[in-house]
Amino acid sequence: MADDKDVLRDVWFGRIPTCFTLNPDEVTEREAEPYYLLLPRVSYLPLVTDKVKKHFLKVMRTEDVEEMWFEHEGTPLKWHYPIGVLFDFHASNTVLPWSITVHFKNFPDVDLLHCPTNSMVEAHFMSSIKEADALKHKSQVVNDMQKKDHKQLWMGLQNDKFDQFWAMNRKLMEYPTEEGGFRYIPFRIYQTTNDRPFIQRLFRPVSTEGNPHTLFDLLKEMCVCASEENRFQVVIHGIEPLLETPLQWLSEHLSHPDNFLHICIIPAPTD
Amino acid sequence: MPVSLLWAVDVHGRVYSLSSAGQQWELGRDAPMEFKRVTAAQQCCWSLGCDSSIYLNVFASDLPVRYKVETYENQRWNPVDGFSERLLPSDRWQWSDVTGLQHQPLHSFQLPSSSWEWEGDWYVDENFEGEPTEKEGWTYSIDFPSTYTKDKKWNSCVRRRRWIRYRRYKAMDTWAKIPSQPMSLPDPFSDISCGGWEISEEPGGRLSLWVVSLQGKVWFREGICHHNPEGSSWEEVPLPGEVVQISCGPGDLVWAVLWEGKLIVREGITRDCPRGLSWAVVECPSPEVGAIHVSVGNGVVWAVTKDNKVWFRRGVNSHNPCGSGWISMVGEMIMISVGLHDQVWAIGCEDRAVYFRQGVTSSELSGKTWRAISAPRDGERPHSSASSQQSAGRFFSGEVQAQSVVSDADSDVEKGSADGAIFTTPEPSLGSPTEPPSNPAVDAPKARIPKVTSDSFISELVSDRDQGKPSKDVLSVTPAVLEEEVIPADGEEILLCAGEALLSTESRGGPQWSNVDLEEAQTGAVLDLAETCSLSSVTTFTLTVEDGAEEHPMWAWVSGEGCSVDSSSQLNWFSSSANTTSVTQSVQSMSLSISPAQTAAWRRQIFEQLSERSRREMDDFKHYEQAIEQSVWVKKGAMQWWRDWKPHKWIDVQFAFEQFSGPDGNKDGILFIYYNYNEEKKYLHAFINEVTILVPVLNDSKHTFAIYTDERTKQRWPIRVAAATELEMYDWLALLSVSCCESRGIQGPPSKQAIWSITCKGDIFVSEPSPALEAVPYPTPCDQMFWRQVGGHLRMVECNSAGIVWGIGYDHTAWVYTGGYGGGFFQGLASSTDNIYTQTDVKSVYIYENQRWNPVSGYTSRGLPTDRYMWSNASGLRECTKTGTRPPSPHWTWISDWAVDYSVSGSTDREGWQYAADFPASFHGYKTMKDFVRRRRWARKCKLTTTGPWQEIPPIPLIDVTVLPCGAQSSVDTFPLWAISSKGDVLCRLGVSAQTPAGSSWLHVGTDQPFKSISIGAAGQVWAIARDGSAFHRGSVSPQNPAGDCWYHIPSPAKQKLKQVSVGRTSICAVDENGNLWYRQGVTPSYPQGSSWDHVSNNVRKVSMGPLDQIWIIADKVQGSQSLSCGTVCHRLGVQPIEPKGQQWDYGIGGGWDHITVRGNAMEPPRIGLLSQKDTAPPTSSSPLPVGIAEPNGTAVYS
Repeated sequence: MADDKDVLRDVWFGRIPTCFTLNPDEVTEREAEPYYLLLPRVSYLPLVTDKVKKHFLKVMRTEDVEEMWFEHEGTPLKWHYPIGVLFDFHASNTVLPWSITVHFKNFPDVDLLHCPTNSMVEAHFMSSIKEADALKHKSQVVNDMQKKDHKQLWMGLQNDKFDQFWAMNRKLMEYPTEEGGFRYIPFRIYQTTNDRPFIQRLFRPVSTEGNPHTLFDLLKEMCVCASEENRFQVVIHGIEPLLETPLQWLSEHLSHPDNFLHICIIPAPTD
Repeated sequence: MPVSLLWAVDVHGRVYSLSSAGQQWELGRDAPMEFKRVTAAQQCCWSLGCDSSIYLNVFASDLPVRYKVETYENQRWNPVDGFSERLLPSDRWQWSDVTGLQHQPLHSFQLPSSSWEWEGDWYVDENFEGEPTEKEGWTYSIDFPSTYTKDKKWNSCVRRRRWIRYRRYKAMDTWAKIPSQPMSLPDPFSDISCGGWEISEEPGGRLSLWVVSLQGKVWFREGICHHNPEGSSWEEVPLPGEVVQISCGPGDLVWAVLWEGKLIVREGITRDCPRGLSWAVVECPSPEVGAIHVSVGNGVVWAVTKDNKVWFRRGVNSHNPCGSGWISMVGEMIMISVGLHDQVWAIGCEDRAVYFRQGVTSSELSGKTWRAISAPRDGERPHSSASSQQSAGRFFSGEVQAQSVVSDADSDVEKGSADGAIFTTPEPSLGSPTEPPSNPAVDAPKARIPKVTSDSFISELVSDRDQGKPSKDVLSVTPAVLEEEVIPADGEEILLCAGEALLSTESRGGPQWSNVDLEEAQTGAVLDLAETCSLSSVTTFTLTVEDGAEEHPMWAWVSGEGCSVDSSSQLNWFSSSANTTSVTQSVQSMSLSISPAQTAAWRRQIFEQLSERSRREMDDFKHYEQAIEQSVWVKKGAMQWWRDWKPHKWIDVQFAFEQFSGPDGNKDGILFIYYNYNEEKKYLHAFINEVTILVPVLNDSKHTFAIYTDERTKQRWPIRVAAATELEMYDWLALLSVSCCESRGIQGPPSKQAIWSITCKGDIFVSEPSPALEAVPYPTPCDQMFWRQVGGHLRMVECNSAGIVWGIGYDHTAWVYTGGYGGGFFQGLASSTDNIYTQTDVKSVYIYENQRWNPVSGYTSRGLPTDRYMWSNASGLRECTKTGTRPPSPHWTWISDWAVDYSVSGSTDREGWQYAADFPASFHGYKTMKDFVRRRRWARKCKLTTTGPWQEIPPIPLIDVTVLPCGAQSSVDTFPLWAISSKGDVLCRLGVSAQTPAGSSWLHVGTDQPFKSISIGAAGQVWAIARDGSAFHRGSVSPQNPAGDCWYHIPSPAKQKLKQVSVGRTSICAVDENGNLWYRQGVTPSYPQGSSWDHVSNNVRKVSMGPLDQIWIIADKVQGSQSLSCGTVCHRLGVQPIEPKGQQWDYGIGGGWDHITVRGNAMEPPRIGLLSQKDTAPPTSSSPLPVGIAEPNGTAVYS
């Protein structure tokens, strides 16, 4: 791999092999077979589970079906996090395929948002992009785009069209060379040890002295105990970048389509 | 931008230079003495030494400075001796110049100075008007003076021949003293400024040098040009007053400061009269405080007044060199230097640091802020604080006129009797800075403050400890310590600067002045005492010396005239912190393969982990279903389309592009153009995998691009569509290009075999040849070749199959291909991240001013009703006014004003006019009785900034380049690369290899006349075309002797002047000025010059011979089924060893093509069985191509 552009492709085309099984408590007419699927890491669960739903509905009576939700080893999976983040955060050191339990009853209102249609996902996705651009360019780029450009981003994600998405998304990744980076880096840090869902604060890609900030600088600033390196892993898109990696580069290349850099801090496997 | 130097002098007289790519000041160690001032151009640096002589340092270049001298030997025939040197009494000298009027025996030629050496001995020129002569070089005639022929006839009574000898400037990279004239100048020099290189189009080297003498006179150095860097003589320039300082900009601005503080501006500077005609006076910015320093650029003037305030002059340009008003600027400076691109440097009044003005752009010439250059200095001597304090005794200020000369021991003694004692070791005007021996505190009021004066004294005084207040004491005891504000002989008001104490301490530990200076000083001592009163220029200033000062000796003078940076340049002068290092390295790195960032551990880690992730998460699960099914993706837009039927015009259409995944996984797509025809909805479509090229045609009014398929190429009629905005056009182009490449499975950088071509707009296209492209008898048709665009802007490009690609811009800059792809409007995915750099190009736009003669008022702009526009393009058909003419596209911006262009073919008169009997006719450069119309050409330069996979190879501008073509499996590691400089010098690049395609340095190959085209063949045969249209073959080129030994003159085809040559494996083809293509017959390994030229074809503009001896050309005109195209790529069919000239042309992409090179395509076509048996071997092993130059003339088959 010679080029940074290939990183974008690798990130986009990251897939997690998943085994969906129906929750045994669900009432079925006959036994439900597990369903195997390659889930795009950068997408969202509601966008990619039409087939799953169809598969399990075949064995269920319509009156038993409420809103579908997913759970992994007892933890409900938040649909508004990218799939890759869910996997890295909850299941990165488990055996593949990732096993997800499908529920059609007892929607955990406390833990999950309802997602009646995909337009909910679209609204969430677009608002993330806008928020990220507010941090990066004071919203200038996203506001300069037309409605159809926004649509192109969303359609690109929804239909897994790398070219379509990046033809537009590259504009969001531009910055004036003399500034050496975005205004602020849009990032979210997920920690198992924290009650809050994630950390998100203002952080510039370049220090006041003009040095590029690294991943390490960010973690230090956010008081993330990454210094205890042996106990925690810093995972982005299923890989562990070196802490000296420049943050600006990470933001440009390892952000999710929502333009946020999602960083998972998870306990290192004990073995 | 090429690397260039900023020059500065510190108070010790040491000269430093700071590279625009560097991070520290480099000490000029070879200086023969201390210098007072420097003034730099890009190719040389002039300086004023402490002995008040002028020194010149010509920077070493791969191109030598050489000058041809010639003389004629004349002979007459008589019946007794035959031709002999016995001439008739009425005849010319036996040795004479070309006219015969000047007696010029060989021994009369002397070297102009000790900086020159003879390159060789005299020899006879055997080239007569492009034709080789007989062995002895004689040309014959009936009588002197007459026309000469190279053949002896029955009536040839006289003959003559030309002798040639070259001299070479040898004092490169050293300071050479300019010899003083016999009638030596009355007084020493005190200021120096060079510039003026942009006045004429003459190639680099011509410049104007202005100097000021101590008596306030101004002198101009005559005759400085490339082959005479020293100039020839000093000419005094009459003045309205006494000048203390002068500044000459790169163009026609020259300003000077008068003694009384007024400024004068030189008017009437033109290319014919670089000295100018007259002076105009400009009032100084503030009437109370006169100016002391001025510096001018292209269109700016900066001045410093005696109170160290900085001023910027508004509204200065060529037409109004005086400008319109002063603007006061922030900052207190002692001197200012305006460099190239009107960038500004200055020396601070307080800290004596060198400042750079940030944010100076063409739209904001006054810039934004001053920023101190904090680059460390090389060669800084470590000092104990004690010695440092003592050694600070000698300073040069910008204003210092000469140097203080004190002997160590004496000074100490003198110091003892400090008060009031004048210790003078005067020397014509010198600055004697002084230094407090013991008080390190700078700002403390009690500090003893050294005072630098502009006179010739060193005085030592004890400070009266009151900064800012003039000291009567000082005055009374040191009457000769003068300020510029002091009226001569008036001792009242002295120290305008804060420093009072004049201390002259001589230090023991300090640098030694040369004894010469001391002696000189003594001779002039007394005289100067009086004289400096009136002369002493400029400010005096105080120096406060602190402990740290010696570690950073203060700057006295800075010269940015030769420093090519601009507001967008990446400079590493301001901090040397670690993070800038990597930037520098990547900028400087000419080894194009690896940039440091790419090898960073973190990046490797990410690459490796991503691959590892793919293996872990995907490899075993490929059989899983994908969550999202692929579908069709459609992009639509409103466009205009140049409709197919007559009358042709732009009509609104719907433009749609549908992309889908093909069965094999390749993406494919269809383009649709929906239009209305007679109220009926119709559409036109093109399959993306059939599109052969997308050509952007951006002009002022429309954002259009052309889409070709093979069918459209045949018709010479592309689909032309126009987008509403430029952005939209590039969005479409980028998207369609990517789709075209994807549908053909092409990605990443061009291969080594790629065929490169360039359009008349400077756009670069590249095509991947298929092995069948050169197949005989059924090659891939040329119109099916797929071309994709590469970023950048070039006029020509040459390559070989080792992946070495060089290009030349319209401004003759040489560029080397970096291995990237994309750039330009290809952003994001269609472009590589690394190896893309900024590229600039400059070209001229020409318009013509036409006039007709009438009996009443002579030539006027009133033409006949039938005449062309009085301001027009070359053909006269289109009106082009100065104000109405725009740059070629929105990407170009004007960078100069309209100026008369004298470089038109057919010469001009002094005002640039060319005359003719009527429009349109052939014009000539002088007026005759029969001429009723005249025209002149105006040129205006415009500049393009883009990006592409190209890196500049400074500094020599080129017009042609060629690199050794080689076989597909070449084992050569360094490739001969030859080039021709814009002056016509032949150059050979050393160290060019696949790893370092840029090579290392140039080797100059001498020629007797300027050349214009060159090509090297696979066996190292070098052929070249001289400007007079004759051909030359270079003998004995080999890896051991990369430059060969001598030129063999090859006669041109009868009555034709050749203009371009290309050498393949063994075939040699040349194009003449009438568009004929010629093949060189009879070339054999033992006789590489061949025997004669064979006509191949007419209608040819350019030829490119490949390593398979394939012949490709740019054809002048090609008729398609729908229209005619000019400038078309064509391929010669049927070229075989037994028929090297081929049979017919196959027509490819065009029109509008200017250049093609197929020299990378060494892919042997698949063999076909019915060819002779030696050709039946598999292509890989058959006839290994002559690899490099080890085998003379290779293994080609001669029939």
